[in-house]
Order: sequence, then C-alpha cells, then structure tokens
Amino acid sequence: MALLEVNDLKTHFFTREGVVQAVDGVSFTLEKGKTLGIVGESGCGKSVTALSIMGLIPKPPAKIVGGDVLFDGKDLTMMSEGQLQHVRGNEIAMIFQDPMTSLNPTLKIGTQITETILAHKDVSKQDARKRAVELLQEVGIPRAAERLDDYPHRFSGGMRQRVMIAIALSCSPRLLIADEPTTALDVTIQAQILDLLDELRQEHEMAMILITHDMGVVAETADDVIIMYAGQIVEKASGFELFDNPEHPYTEALLGALPQLEGEEHEIREGRLTAIPGRPPDLVNPPEACRFAARCPYSDSGDTCATVEPQLREIRPGHWVRTAHPASERSGERETVNA
Amino acid sequence: MSSETASSNGALLKVDNLEKHFPIKRGILWERTVGAVKAVDGVTFEVAKGETLGLVGESGSGKSTTGYCILQLVKPTAGSINFMGKELMQLGREELRRMRREMQIVFQDPYASLDPRMTVGGIVAEPLEVHGIGTRRSRGETVRRLLDIVGFNPQFTNRYPHEFSGGQRQRIGVARALALNPKLIVCDEPVSALDVSIQAQILNLLKDLQRDFGLTYLFISHDLAVVRTMSDRIAVMNQGKLVEVGTAEQVFHEPRDEYTKALFAAVPVPDPHRQRERKAERARLRKESRAAAGGTAPA
Repeated sequence: MALLEVNDLKTHFFTREGVVQAVDGVSFTLEKGKTLGIVGESGCGKSVTALSIMGLIPKPPAKIVGGDVLFDGKDLTMMSEGQLQHVRGNEIAMIFQDPMTSLNPTLKIGTQITETILAHKDVSKQDARKRAVELLQEVGIPRAAERLDDYPHRFSGGMRQRVMIAIALSCSPRLLIADEPTTALDVTIQAQILDLLDELRQEHEMAMILITHDMGVVAETADDVIIMYAGQIVEKASGFELFDNPEHPYTEALLGALPQLEGEEHEIREGRLTAIPGRPPDLVNPPEACRFAARCPYSDSGDTCATVEPQLREIRPGHWVRTAHPASERSGERETVNA
Repeated sequence: MSSETASSNGALLKVDNLEKHFPIKRGILWERTVGAVKAVDGVTFEVAKGETLGLVGESGSGKSTTGYCILQLVKPTAGSINFMGKELMQLGREELRRMRREMQIVFQDPYASLDPRMTVGGIVAEPLEVHGIGTRRSRGETVRRLLDIVGFNPQFTNRYPHEFSGGQRQRIGVARALALNPKLIVCDEPVSALDVSIQAQILNLLKDLQRDFGLTYLFISHDLAVVRTMSDRIAVMNQGKLVEVGTAEQVFHEPRDEYTKALFAAVPVPDPHRQRERKAERARLRKESRAAAGGTAPA
C-alpha cells in the first residue's frame, strides 16, 4: 500500500465572483521514502493541493468537493479536526516558503520547538528541551544549546528555514510537505537546504512532497514529477523520463522558457527564449475542453482541443499526459483522440 | 581621482572606486555614528555603448545599491561615475536633471512600482511631462507608440495598473523607461517577480529593444541563468565588492574567484542527469573550501 494516495481531489473556492476550481481532479500516489515534485506556475493549484492534504484550506471559502486523500489507508478528508490534529505534526509535517513569517517573532526558538514536541509527545519539559537541542544540531545550527534562547530575528533566512525544518521533524513525520522551501533564499543557501532535506529524508525514511516553480530544484530532488496547469495534472512521470522525453506542449514550453546556464555562448546570448503567449485561464469559467488549448502551439481550428476534454492517459509505462498533441505522436498527421 | 575627460574607449559608463556607506547610529538625543555598513565598497567597472553588463550577487551584496548610485537615486559616499563623458557626482541639479533623461530604470516589482491611482497612459507620459517634451497631443501619440513597441495594447491607455497581470505591468514599466529615449537602462531584477513563461516574454522584449534601439543595459539580477542569457559581460558582487568581472563566457566557463565558483555550482539546472554531476561538484567545492579554511587557520 502506498503511503499517500490522492484520488480525484477537487478543491473549489466559493467566492462572490463564482466558484474557483482551484484543484480539479488531481490523483497521485506516493511511496514511503520517495520524493514527489509538484511543479507549476502561480495559481496552478499546487499549494492548494498540499493544503488540502493537510486539511489546512481556509473553510469557507474553500471546500473539498470531491475525491479522497488516503494516508496509510485512512481517508484524511473524512477526519474530524481533532483526528487531523493528531495526524498533522505526528505523521505529516509541512514547511512553508517564507521562514520570516512562519515563526512567531515574540517567542524564543526553543519555546517554539518544545511547544510542538509537548503538544504531540508525552514527555517532560526537560526532555523536550533536550530533544530540541538535538534537532537543532541535526539541522546544522551551530551552538544549538545557546541558540534555543534566541528570538527568530537573530537568525538569518537560511537559519530560520533550518529551524522550521527542525520543528517539522520534531515528531518524526513519515511525510514532509515542503511548499517552495527555498524560494525566499539565496542560491548558495538553497543548495544547503536542499542537501539537508535530502540527508534527513534518507535518514528518517521520510517521504517528501516538494512544491516548487523551479524546474532546476525538481531536477535535483524529485524521484517523480507532476506538472500542474490550471488546477489539473497535465503530465506525470519519473524525473528522468519527464526531463528526457517531455510530452505535454506545456511542459516543453516551460523547459524552453527557462534561460540556460550551460550551453554554447552565442546561442545563449543571441537566442530567444520560447515564451508562452497569453496567460492561464480564469478558473471560475475554465475552458470546457483542454485548458491549455488557447496557448498551445499545436492546437488548431481543425482539432478537438476546444470540444473534447483530454483525459490523463498513460503514453508509456509510468508516463501520463493530458493532451491531444503529445510530442511522440506529433508526426505531421492527425492522431485520434481517445475520449 | 575623478576624471573629467570624455571616455576614449567607447565606454558609455565608467564607475571608479564607487563607495556607499550607510552610517549605523546609536542614541536618541545625542545621536552618534558608531560604524558603517559598507553596502558598496570600492567598485570599479565600465559598460560599453550597446552592451549589457550583468551584475550578479546574492541578497545584500550591494548590486542594487550600485545601480541606484549610478542613477544618483542615492548619493554615493565616494568614487566617480562617468556617464557619457560627464562626471555625475559633480553635476548641479539642473544638469543632473538633464542627464537623467539619458538613464532610466526598470524596477523589480511591477505591482509596487506603478502608481495605482494613475492610468497606464499617465504613467508612461509622466517622464515626458516632467521633462516638458512635446504637446499634450503629441505625448498621447508617443505613449501609444511606446505601448505598441512593448507589446501592450494601446487601446488600454485609460485603464489602471491593477487591471493587468504582472507581465503586462512590467511592459508598462518598460514603456515608461523608454519614453525619454535613454541611452542606458538599469534593469533591477526586472523579471524576478514573474512566472517563467511570462519572464521569457519580458527577457525577449528587452533583447529586441536593445537590438532595435541600440540600448545599453546594466542588468542586475540574482538569477545566474537569466543574467547569462542577457549579458555580454558579467560582474559578480559579494559583500559590497566586485569579486570578478569578465566576458560572460570567461566568467561562466573559467571562473577565477572562489565565491563565483561556489555561486555557479549552487544553481540547480533543469536536467536530472547533469544535476547529479553538479551536486557532486558542489560537495567537492564545499569540502575544498572547508579544507582551505582549516589549513589557513592559525595553528
């Protein structure tokens, strides 16, 4: 049995402007000890997916309107707030993008770590404090015992993210969800944090969901990758397969839009990036069929992109794609769309 | 120290030993200066006409402050800035105002840098009004032409910034920077707030404008891949100092400075095979620098 199984998850926001279909039919599984990367641009639903798993979406306006989230076979969407609180922290922990705002500025770091330990474990205050020192040492904070009595503002951005990771690890969760954990950090610090997360994941046999907009970060860390667009999964494959043989026009465009760090000098400086024209659709009234059709270079008036909704289909073993025009079927002639 | 001679080697901008120190103050009634943050600490470089110099560094390295000093948006503590043969630090108010037509800036955050109470047309026309260029009618035409150039629908001149996405707003910012037909544009993290696909649109636009109008860019960014795609030459800053300057090719392929090496090794590239090798390289560099630090420590 997979550690996490998300089936046809639908999270919608009920606003005055209408129903925003932020996450619309997302399914995936995650095995113990593996890292799954979820990639997409702003508003594609990647963070809402994570918050839905944790039961942290703001209700109202948001509501899970369909699907289930099975953690160890138990459906998290059916749990009461009390049951969820037990799962959060103990079984699943989460770290966020901004280490500057996710710590309480008025409490000492030590208080914030021990508070979490005491909430979930039946230990004495002294033991909790001892555990806090160990955790800080584990995430690479020098002079851990002294630093317990410092307030968050005494820590740099990278160090604060380490503290957040220490808090997340305090109850040895089996799943860590990291939502853009390095986006606010400099590249050299980002590299340190990614290395740290990878080490800890291996040591604790922890599974990880890494949410990011950065294809480089995914290439470095993820065993499997999901590409999201407009609330749906448009492509899903192993990391190597996805980067070697991208199938969805959106994935190809995302990779083409990235400035290259390595390559021939004149090509880089003289070349143009493949910009994707237009912008993502409004999720109150998403297009009825393919959500990417309006920006897709392969869609034309003669095809079914505007009329038939493409389904996620397995184009090669383990490689799933949602489009009528995958790269490997684009040989000039029309292909039939399997409805 | 400062040279009043016009640049002879075709350099549009020459920055010499630029310093910007921010005082650290203590006390309430008897405020006294107890030290200084050396944000920019002796920076020297040149930018030739028509080229792009990429200025990279991490947060707090002083790259933006360097840009602001050049535009005289903050007053440098010391050094010389020679632009189009004139020493900017010695110019009077009126002369400086005239020089400002020739140098413009595009800011990072298109959400914060456009006045929400001004229409798009008003925002782009403002530099023309400030410098008294053209009549009301001719300015309207200029604005529409500029918006068309940057790929923003000129029909929307009467709308407000909040009605547009980040990419569209950044186009407005670029049109405004172009309004006075400047020689130099300082681009301060112009795409950092944008999604990848939109970022590519703006980078392509900046490349096209440079080709069509012969613009010179000082391109400030923390993103090494973005800097590489935009720059002819690259300058790397760390803690207020320039640690390396060279052609893009040289800086990327044969970095000399240890910090530059570490910086490049830290960037993850979108290729899992290549990234494995880079990760190993990164670990090797870290080990080396640790060994070096241990070796030079006093016994």
